[in-house]
Amino acid sequence: MSWFDNWHLPKWFYQMASPKWFYDFGARLQPWFAGLALILISWGLVWGLLYAPADYQQGNSFRIIYVHVPAAILGQSLFLFMAVAGAIGLIWKIKVAFMVARSATLVGASFTALALITGAVWGKPTWGTYWVWDARLTSTLILLFLYTGVMALNQAIPDRSVAGRATAILAIIGSINIPIIKYSVDWWNTLHQPSTFTLTSKPSMPPEMYIPLLLMVIGCYCFCAWLIMQRTRNEILDQERQSSWVARYLED
Amino acid sequence: MAMHPKRKKKLILVLLMLTGVGLIVGLVLYALSQNINLFFPPSDIAQGKAPYEKRIRAGGMVREGSVVRSPDSLLVTFVLTDYAHDVTVSYEGILPDLFREGQGIVAQGKLQPNGVFVADEVLAKHDENYMPPEVTDAINQANDMGEKAGAVYK
Repeated sequence: MSWFDNWHLPKWFYQMASPKWFYDFGARLQPWFAGLALILISWGLVWGLLYAPADYQQGNSFRIIYVHVPAAILGQSLFLFMAVAGAIGLIWKIKVAFMVARSATLVGASFTALALITGAVWGKPTWGTYWVWDARLTSTLILLFLYTGVMALNQAIPDRSVAGRATAILAIIGSINIPIIKYSVDWWNTLHQPSTFTLTSKPSMPPEMYIPLLLMVIGCYCFCAWLIMQRTRNEILDQERQSSWVARYLED
Repeated sequence: MAMHPKRKKKLILVLLMLTGVGLIVGLVLYALSQNINLFFPPSDIAQGKAPYEKRIRAGGMVREGSVVRSPDSLLVTFVLTDYAHDVTVSYEGILPDLFREGQGIVAQGKLQPNGVFVADEVLAKHDENYMPPEVTDAINQANDMGEKAGAVYK
């Protein structure tokens, strides 16, 4: 394992570990993410819901894709993000990483719930049913349960560092579910169709349909970045309220 | 700053945990794959892999020109195909909007000993391709013109 010994982490990695540094860094980045999220989401929504052409088979009901797909992508991405942040906290003993993981949980759970609800609403007119126990839908429901489990575990342990470590392990183990969700439509036969939107191949829709979808996905990522930073910064203020810099900040 | 031996140990531990759990889950899912599949394709049914008189799902394409509607009831029969084998399906009820010939569907019901699948629920399965109607019109028009000109497509 000699490659480990020559493995140097960048300086910002250690800077991020400082609650005060993260707090200030977040304050500087947040307005950019908020602005980008606002522009991209409103642009994508108006374009997708009002101006993009209707689908040849599903008509206007396909437009729910502009909410459903970004919600599903974010629900899965944030679980991985939570697991990676938890692992960093676990390995390098970084308090801020646990706070980031904790802040991402509710956001990810909300997006997963949104994906399930919009999926059910979409399923009724197109498939003829709100729900079916196929591999894609079931694994996404398990994702929501995993999020709930992480939240419950976090709430159940009063000691922040113990709670951080316990939830990190649950999140790391739970992240096995993410490739299962992603490849469920390829590994097994399901009612859910394969991905329209992948990084590796050409999208299976014309540009006037997928560009608004792309805007929505990037916009939702920016929104989550903004929201998770805000939640983490609140968490930092709460957990560091004994330290002198917080008292100084609160005086101003 | 080189990696601290303690951190290194923890990183290896996390990676081991992930591969271990991944391996277990992978094997379990592999063993269960028949149960995770939502439906039997017509080939499995034709080869006798699907049980008779048990509630199962069958999925495939509705063969073009195979849909026969009863004139005085909601009874409809059609041929489900995966372009290798066919299964005849009969269903009494309201079909979903997206049900049409050449479209994928998943039917739930029982396979009768005579080989007919009697469905009590039919769901439409759509694909991942989305198109504006003008584009499909253009494609159909091009195909019609091609046929008129005697050109061979595909």
